[in-house]
Amino acid sequence: MRALRILFGTAWLMVATAAGAVQPDEIMSDPALEARARALSAQLRCMVCQNQSIDDSDAALARDIRLLVRDRLKSGDSDAAIKQFLVARYGNFILLKPPFTIETLLLWLTPLLALALGSIAIWRAGIAKRSIETAPLDAAEAARVDALLAGDE
Amino acid sequence: MVVEAGHFALVLALALALVQAVVPFWGAQTGDGQLMSVARPAALVIFGLVAVAFAALMYAHVVSDFSLVNVFENSHSAKPLVYKISGVWGNHEGSMILWVFILALFGALVALFGRGMPDQLRANALAAQGFLAATFILFILLTSNPFARLVPAPIEGRDLNPILQDPGLAIHPPLLYLGYVGFSIAFSFAVAALVDGRIDAAWARWVRPWVLTAWIFLTLGIAMGSYWAYYTLGWGGFWFWDPVENASLMPWLAGTALLHSATVMEKRDALKVWTIFLAILAFSLSLLGTFLVRSGVLTSVHAFASDPTRGIFILAILVLFIGGSLTLYAWRGPRLKPGGIFAPVSREGALVLNNLLLTTACLTVFVGTLYPLALEALTKDKISVGPPFYALTFGPVALVLLCALPFGPSLAWKRGELLGVAQRLSVAAAAALAIALLIVSLRRHGPILAPLGVGVAVFIILGSLIDIGGRVVKRGASLSVTWSRAIGLPRSIWGTAAAHVGLGVTVLGLAATVWGVELIVTARAGNTFDLGPYQVTIADVASREGPNYRETYAEAIVRSGGVIVAHVEPAKRFFSSRQTSTTQAGIVTLGLGQVYISLGDANADGTMAVRLYWKPLVTLIWIGAMIMAFGGALSLSDRRMRIGVARRAVTARQLPQPAE
Repeated sequence: MRALRILFGTAWLMVATAAGAVQPDEIMSDPALEARARALSAQLRCMVCQNQSIDDSDAALARDIRLLVRDRLKSGDSDAAIKQFLVARYGNFILLKPPFTIETLLLWLTPLLALALGSIAIWRAGIAKRSIETAPLDAAEAARVDALLAGDE
Repeated sequence: MVVEAGHFALVLALALALVQAVVPFWGAQTGDGQLMSVARPAALVIFGLVAVAFAALMYAHVVSDFSLVNVFENSHSAKPLVYKISGVWGNHEGSMILWVFILALFGALVALFGRGMPDQLRANALAAQGFLAATFILFILLTSNPFARLVPAPIEGRDLNPILQDPGLAIHPPLLYLGYVGFSIAFSFAVAALVDGRIDAAWARWVRPWVLTAWIFLTLGIAMGSYWAYYTLGWGGFWFWDPVENASLMPWLAGTALLHSATVMEKRDALKVWTIFLAILAFSLSLLGTFLVRSGVLTSVHAFASDPTRGIFILAILVLFIGGSLTLYAWRGPRLKPGGIFAPVSREGALVLNNLLLTTACLTVFVGTLYPLALEALTKDKISVGPPFYALTFGPVALVLLCALPFGPSLAWKRGELLGVAQRLSVAAAAALAIALLIVSLRRHGPILAPLGVGVAVFIILGSLIDIGGRVVKRGASLSVTWSRAIGLPRSIWGTAAAHVGLGVTVLGLAATVWGVELIVTARAGNTFDLGPYQVTIADVASREGPNYRETYAEAIVRSGGVIVAHVEPAKRFFSSRQTSTTQAGIVTLGLGQVYISLGDANADGTMAVRLYWKPLVTLIWIGAMIMAFGGALSLSDRRMRIGVARRAVTARQLPQPAE
């Protein structure tokens, strides 16, 4: 995603690529298969690009993989089989949704862990505060409350 | 001469920034008023000096002084004037000068408007600002000097990257930097409070306007960046979960959390330690956003290793400020006294939930951005973290936050009643549900996310309006009474409602993307295509010369039921100076949606690849962001927030506070 890097990073990289991914000649005649191809493409990384799916990239490699995906779809492969085939060839790097493995355990569980730990911290802070709130009066305080209530001051 | 003057001014600013970093701090430690009073004039003069440096660089760009490496590499004599000016920050060195310029601007504003606050707090905060300024000016002078000369001077420059020759460059980086750097004020005040070891509700009152200002600019900056990407990239994508975007989203999330927790601190004297932490976090993430992108680490570990000088300096800066402030927080934070008590179901409780969800969302983006880097560095295994990951992690957190949002403003402080609030919101919830069900029944096979998103958006918008309505409308009251109640409502309450409505509007625009129509075709002049509710005719394809490019453009006519509603001119520009081309999408706004046409490659037989899109309600995404920023501005204009009020707040602090 070079163009984007340039926009947000203001010119950190030198060359922009004008976008224009899927070309008219790639589109399959069967709309159902084409829809599956587009959905699959959005989940596959263009490996020579920066964080760009093959659906968004006009790189030559992205086009090759788009055509490969369409070939496989035509020969009747399932989405899972196509992904498996691509992972066997290019590694997990090609999946924009990383698989759930030991390596990515922390990545996937971060939101849950943050929510759980945050909730516990808030709950404990609440208990600590409530105990301050309900701490009983000591003798001197009680005497002063009595005096105030009696209207001496 | 002018350039050397600018260079010299920058060096002077460095020296003075060092003075500002040390002397007022020393004064605050020893209680010496004279030393502390150095901070204000120093901040003002630094701003003047950095402004001179910035103006000198701009002058060099405007007159095309190619004896400067920076101008030679990023400018061209035939470039239009507006891009000569905005081109100043369209490169690394220049954007660093802009960054420091804005930092100095904020420092000067604190010096000018910070009269009401305690001398020690102001002196320490300005010292922290001085330390920041000194570090970044040093970074510029040592690793990214825009004033470096080139001998002999070339005749012509290499031109600015064509994709940056766009009005977006004039607006987007300044807005984004005003947001990023604006959080430095909250950061400096947090550091000052930690050094002081004292903190109270008045601190939040001083800091909140600065946070709000930064937040408004960051909101606009991100929205502007996403719209720029939308119309430049040629296929209408506007958010990609790319690290550079995440880098701007993280401080926005932390800043939004800070904005809300500072409200609790200001009103109820609670969440003080947490607010300090968020102030540090928001600016730390801003630093990370600006500089991690600049170090090249995000692009690839190898790019970083190939030219490590700048990157190592940047990492040292990050470690110094983020690590330093967090250490200070861990050391001094526990000494700060916690404040007010509240029941779990209360406005404070709702804002705590807001903070929990926002920081979780922020952490999710953080981990998603940096995990692949860490994993590759540790195990050499490469993974990708893309949009499907964020949809599954960030998505649910955001959804819970959005659903809970309308409850917050309706709950009472200290102890609220959930049942009563739920009753008041039941109308909004019912309307949201009805609309969502209607959509499901109309479009049975569409993705479930669309009706869900629309429902949530309607709930937020109506919920915010009902909250305002409940405050203004009283049964049996006359119209004039209602009007005066509406006028009498604090602007911050109107601001809150507006910002929340804006968020709802953005969500509505996002949900509607599902109903977009896409057409990728091979076309020649004369072809007509059906595009959603419209028919688009490619009438003509031709070429022409621009000031520093040549473009091929198409004349497209948009019809609705035979009637012409718009003319669109998508183009493809070729810049010979850099041998690159850009796509100029043809966009026309019809209602709240847009017809979006972009040209692809021409074929030998005279046909051309054309992409046509109908994007219903898409403008709501950015209109919503503008409404959010407007809400922020309304809140900022609240009497309570005006900076002069801070003085009265100091005296009020001495008096016993009446219960709210």
